[in-house]
Amino acid sequence: MTDASGPLVELRDVRKSFEQKEVLRGVSLALRKGTTLAVMGGSGAGKTVLLRITNGLIRADSGQVSLFGTRIDRMREEGMLAVRKRTGFVFQGAALFDSLSVFENVAYPLREHTRMPLGEITDRVHRFLSLVGMPGTDELLPAELSGGMRKRVGIARALVMEPEVVFFDEPTAGLDPTNARLVAELMASLRSGVCDTAIVVTHDIEFANMIADQMAILHHGRFADVGTPAQIRASANADVRRFLAGELRED
Amino acid sequence: MSVLAYARRHGRESVAWYGGLGLLALRVGRNLRLPPSYLVIVAQEIDLIGVRSLVVALTASLFTGMVLALQTAVNMARFGAENYVGPVVALSILRELGPVLTAILVGGKVASGITAELGSMKVTEQIDALRSLGVNYVKKLIVPRILAALIVFPLVTTMADAVGLVGGMLVAVFDRNVDAYLYWNTISYWVVMKDFLSGLGKSVAFGGLITLIGCYNGLETEGGTEGLGHSTTSTVVQVAMAVIISDFFLTKLFLLLFW
Repeated sequence: MTDASGPLVELRDVRKSFEQKEVLRGVSLALRKGTTLAVMGGSGAGKTVLLRITNGLIRADSGQVSLFGTRIDRMREEGMLAVRKRTGFVFQGAALFDSLSVFENVAYPLREHTRMPLGEITDRVHRFLSLVGMPGTDELLPAELSGGMRKRVGIARALVMEPEVVFFDEPTAGLDPTNARLVAELMASLRSGVCDTAIVVTHDIEFANMIADQMAILHHGRFADVGTPAQIRASANADVRRFLAGELRED
Repeated sequence: MSVLAYARRHGRESVAWYGGLGLLALRVGRNLRLPPSYLVIVAQEIDLIGVRSLVVALTASLFTGMVLALQTAVNMARFGAENYVGPVVALSILRELGPVLTAILVGGKVASGITAELGSMKVTEQIDALRSLGVNYVKKLIVPRILAALIVFPLVTTMADAVGLVGGMLVAVFDRNVDAYLYWNTISYWVVMKDFLSGLGKSVAFGGLITLIGCYNGLETEGGTEGLGHSTTSTVVQVAMAVIISDFFLTKLFLLLFW
C-alpha cells in the first residue's frame, strides 16, 4: 500500500553498468505527489536508463527502487504489473502499436484492465484525444501520423488510465519547434489536471523551465545538482554552469 | 581473433542462449493460465499457424512419401520383397519423416515469422510499451503462440502423415505395380498405433520447442533492422538443429517408455 505521506517514487544509491560502461553511479531521488521533476543532462548521461529503472523496465545492478512505497528492484516482472498500472510511460519514439489505429492504441489499457462498456471507453478515449489536440483521428494508423502527432497519441495512451505518476522520455526530442512548443504547452496544461506528478527526461532547458518544479542535472552517472529551476539557474556547481551554458559533454 | 578467444566467446553466447531459453520456458510455465479474453488470441494463432503451414507441409509430405516408396520399392525388388513397400513407407513417415520434416519446414517458417514479428515489436519498443501499461507480455504474446503450436503441429503432422502414405501408394501402385489393397493391408498388419502416437508425441514436443525458440529470438532482438534480420536467420538454423537433435532424444525416450 502507498504510504500517503511518503514519496511516490524513491531511488536510493542506484547503480547500473552495461558491460564495462558504468552509466549510473549511485543516483538517489524522491518524488512527492504534485511534483514534476525534470532530469536533464547531455546525450549518453544515462537519463533514459534512469527513467526505465524507475519504472522497472530495466533492472538496476544495485540500490533500491520504490514505487508507491513498494520496492520493485528485486520483484518479478509479473509482480510489477500491478504497480505499473498506476503509472504512465511516454516513450521517446511514442512506441505506438503499429497494427492498431489511434483509437485502439489509446483504448488498449482500458480494454486490458477495466470492464468498461464500449460507450464509456469511446467517450474516455475521445476525451483524452481531444486533450492532446488529436480529435477526429480515431481511424488513422500510427504510420499515417507525423512525429508530433505520434507523441501526442503516446501521451494520451499513457494518461487514459489516469495514472498517479507519469514518466516522460524526451517528449520534445526530434520535433520541429512548433510541435515541440505544442507538446510543451500540452504538458504544462496537464499539470493542473490529470498529470500532476511526473518525471520528465529532457535535454531541453527551455522546455524544462516551462513544466518543472524540480530539476536535476545528471552528469557522469550522478546528479550534479538538484533543486528548483531558480536554484539550478543560480547553482555554483561547475558542471551545472557548463550544462546551462551548453558546454557539458559526456565522455 | 584467435581460435581460443572465438571458442570462448561462442561458448559464452551459447550458454547465455540456452539459459535464456530455459528461463523463458519457466516464465511460460508460470503464465500458462490465460484470462478467457486471451483465448481468442490462441484461436487466431491456430488459424495463422495452420494457414501458414498447411500447403508447405502437405506438399513436402506427398513428395517424401513418393520418393520413399520409389527408393524402397526399387531396392526391395532385389530381394523379391517389393510388396512390402507399404509398411516401410508407413513406419518411416509415421515415426520419423512426418513429424521431423513437418517440424523443420513448418517450424522454420512459423518460428521465423514469430521472431520477425516479436523482434520488430522489440526494436520499436512496443513490448516495453506493453510492460509499461501493466500488461503481462508473456501471457499476451508468448503463451498463446505456444498453446496454438501445441495444438496445430500434431494436427498438421497427422495430415502430412496421411498425405505421405497416399503419395507412397501412388508410386507403389502406378509406378511399381503393387496392388493397392496389398499396400494398405500390409500397412495395417505391420504398423501399430504406437508408431503413429510416438510421431504425434514428437510433433507436440517440436511444436513447443520451435515456438519457444522463435519467441525467444524475437524478444532478444537488438540492433534495429540489421539485428532483426540476424535474429530471423538464426531462428531458421536453430529450429532445424533443435528438431534434429531433440528427435534423437525423443526417439530414445519413446522407445524406453513404450517399446
